Amino acid sequence: MKQLVDRRSFLKVTAAAGGGVMIGLYMEPDADAQGRGGPPPPPPDPHTYVKIAPDGTVTIMAKNPEVGQGIRTLLPMIIADEMDADWAKVKIEQADFDDKKYAGQIAGGSTATPTNWTPMRQVGAAARVMLVTAAAQQWSVPEAEITTAANVVSHKASNKTIGYGEIAPKMLALPMPALNTLKLKEPSQYTIIGKSQMQRDLPLIVTGKPLFTIDLVVPDMKFAIFEKPGVFGSKVVSANVDEIKALPGIRGVYIVDRDKAAQVPKIDGKVLPGDPGLENGVAIVADSWWFAQAARKKLQIKWDEPSPRNTESSIGYAQNAEALNKATPQRSVRKDGDPDGAMGKAAKTWEAAYSYPFISHAPLEPQNCTAHFKDGKCEIWSSSQIPGNGRRLSAEALGIQQTDITLHMVRGGGGFGRRLTNDYMVEAAYIAKLHGTPVKLVWAREDDMQHDYYRPGGFQFLKGGIDAQGNLVAWTNHFITYGDKEQFEKTGGGVTSAGAMGATEFPQRFVPNYHLQSSVQELGIRTGSLRAPSSNAFAFVIQSFIDELAHAAGKDPVEFRMAMLNTPPPPAPAGVAGGRGGFAAPGMNADRMKGVLKLVAEKSDWGKKKLPKGTAMGVAFHFSHQGYFAEVAEVKVDSQKKIKVNKVWVAADVGRQIINPSAADNMVQGAIVDGLSEMMDQEITTDKGRVVQTNYHQHKMVRMAQAPPEIEIHYLLSDNNPTGLGEPSMPPILPAVANAIFSATGTRVRSLPMAKSGFSWA
Amino acid sequence: MAYTLNVNGQSTTVDAPPDMPLLWVLRDLMNLRGTKYGCGIGQCAACTVQLNGKAARSCQTPVSQVKDQKVTTIEGLSLDGTHPVQLAWQEVDVAQCGYCQAGQIMAAAALLSRKPNPTDADIDSAMNGNLCRCGTYLRIRKAIHTAASMPKNLSAKPVQKASK
Repeated sequence: MKQLVDRRSFLKVTAAAGGGVMIGLYMEPDADAQGRGGPPPPPPDPHTYVKIAPDGTVTIMAKNPEVGQGIRTLLPMIIADEMDADWAKVKIEQADFDDKKYAGQIAGGSTATPTNWTPMRQVGAAARVMLVTAAAQQWSVPEAEITTAANVVSHKASNKTIGYGEIAPKMLALPMPALNTLKLKEPSQYTIIGKSQMQRDLPLIVTGKPLFTIDLVVPDMKFAIFEKPGVFGSKVVSANVDEIKALPGIRGVYIVDRDKAAQVPKIDGKVLPGDPGLENGVAIVADSWWFAQAARKKLQIKWDEPSPRNTESSIGYAQNAEALNKATPQRSVRKDGDPDGAMGKAAKTWEAAYSYPFISHAPLEPQNCTAHFKDGKCEIWSSSQIPGNGRRLSAEALGIQQTDITLHMVRGGGGFGRRLTNDYMVEAAYIAKLHGTPVKLVWAREDDMQHDYYRPGGFQFLKGGIDAQGNLVAWTNHFITYGDKEQFEKTGGGVTSAGAMGATEFPQRFVPNYHLQSSVQELGIRTGSLRAPSSNAFAFVIQSFIDELAHAAGKDPVEFRMAMLNTPPPPAPAGVAGGRGGFAAPGMNADRMKGVLKLVAEKSDWGKKKLPKGTAMGVAFHFSHQGYFAEVAEVKVDSQKKIKVNKVWVAADVGRQIINPSAADNMVQGAIVDGLSEMMDQEITTDKGRVVQTNYHQHKMVRMAQAPPEIEIHYLLSDNNPTGLGEPSMPPILPAVANAIFSATGTRVRSLPMAKSGFSWA
Repeated sequence: MAYTLNVNGQSTTVDAPPDMPLLWVLRDLMNLRGTKYGCGIGQCAACTVQLNGKAARSCQTPVSQVKDQKVTTIEGLSLDGTHPVQLAWQEVDVAQCGYCQAGQIMAAAALLSRKPNPTDADIDSAMNGNLCRCGTYLRIRKAIHTAASMPKNLSAKPVQKASK
């Protein structure tokens, strides 16, 4: 783990308006954790995390966007435990976006736990220390004799107690404790951390309270839809605006031309931008969303489509990939040893071609946002996963300063990376400016599926070499992805968002002779990060191919993997991040991965169970986002290629502490289900530059009866700081099931989604 | 067109085109926003309400077809959030993002009212229309069993008034 000592940090206690005190912390954010073009680190200005009211109510600010990952509950839990607050009475308040106050207001990369674990504990510990000191002075007793629990300070010997609310004002006169002198709790002392805490919003969810962005209503608000072109970048030539305006309930119809917006940069270059802000289209504003949606069916737009983007298709991409694989690879990404020589000397070589499709995020709450533009200022309510970018892009489109935007962070119905792009936020802000009233823009499901930033598809052409003892001695991969050829050849850059494979992707370091080469082809649709970006596809390919090699070598798949992990690895190349997706995570630690592989084999009785014909187990592991996950799936396949995943075992090493076990288990189980959806049915295809699929019936997710009836999770607590698990838990399940299918049937699935190879859920 | 609807025990008149789905009547005209829009084509069932106690997809129900059926939404399932399904959902800590859960709960409550002690197979069959993008199916199934084991006198409380 990176040490935190180099960072600047400040603590401050101030009086709260109306009594009570506020405790703030500023800690310089980890540059890596900011990531993805986030806002620059704010200047030191200790800001409020905790308020203690005179009546003892402890209010903790939730600073991060909540999209279902449970962070609104988890970060306050950490503070509350260290300060010995009474969790049942803690109030949680959602912070607005404010880069002057808060660092890392991002939901992405499974970064919230590792980056906040220490600072949140320090806020809580500082509060507790000061409450203790204040009480010790008031009672003239030694601090060491004082205890705290559930919002109360006690001195047992004198039988004195005082509530946090009563003693808190005395904190104002005390010097601030130095952060590095704070003694943080030992895990055995935790009363809130490590205990399952129900998600705080749940009582509101089960009673249907208007919690989500789509539920937001502000006075005089109108509803909007925004019709965008099938081919990205098309411009509106003409539209039947007057006809639409005359329809029932319609209040305004606007042609949006990105080039006419205030300060929007031009989109040029061959690689489409990851978060371009305002796009072209036609906006309809109405009294009810249904009126706008009904009117849209009568909308007639003439588009000017960019060429050759409007001729691209999925079939073309696949043909290009075949051709590129026959040509000399455009770039050598990483070479160790002598792969060609080793392959020549190998006792056995094995080749396979893998592919996987574009897929959509499809969170259940369609993209939507509410905005109110008035007198050069804009107020926005959004569930963006990276609100800072949305604010910047909105300011550009509106022609105002970022500081003229107030951005409220509202609960989002699922993220999965979709809300890392802010198109819908910018559109809502721009339409609100055009129309002059508050506007709630709601995308139809079809808008969401056809205007996503898709997980990029890809093609991998692999070859492995095995020596006479059955050891893996050589590995080559020609990875065909998407981007700008010229730029890629020159610099290695210019690859479409979430479409690159890094120099240290596993099994680099674990095969003595290794060569990763890559080529790119042009792409006319947008791509972006989907839960466990790149890992969600790479793990399937790499862990399936390892399985092929294990079988080719006549080795047990767990033993073969263990032998790979036992290969004394050369040190990770200096300055290169290991394992894509972790935002400069330290390179994979083989011992930690061996730990979870061993554990999952034990828990699943790997190799010990006699399973009926047509039923088998498969195993896989993957490292991403600093998390170590090994998974085993027991799968039944019938003669009609119908699949039932009977049970899944998950072994995870995400450090020494599972902060909220209920939420952790829920998220890991959900990741398994999510991975199975991607594996079986999900595919986005394009024709003439347009996305073909429109809704859930063409981009299916797993339903209840198809989900594994049992998903057993085991955490290997290692002496490492806690890290996130929303993303790293997902990638191994796809290859684990694919490997089980091979063991059960002898059929190796090398292309996703599996439905295209005739598989379906039993 | 004016339609008089019985929603959560209250009679309400709305002015809407005949083909306007009940979903949008509830959300935009009646300000009952607990019922969710997910797909608009009856694939996800986030919009599930009860019509005369049976689970129905409000996005596929034109307002003109509701007539005198009793509409129950998540806001009207219980007066105070104490329907066994609502309690069980909290006991099991079911939700992740929570967006589908109103629909899940309405479908689960309809199942329990016709089958008080459902098997796993009953649950799978009744709930298979409801998508959960976060994949909380195991907990949903568990919570339905939990709700089924709760004292029966808690369930089926008549609702007189919707809590908005």
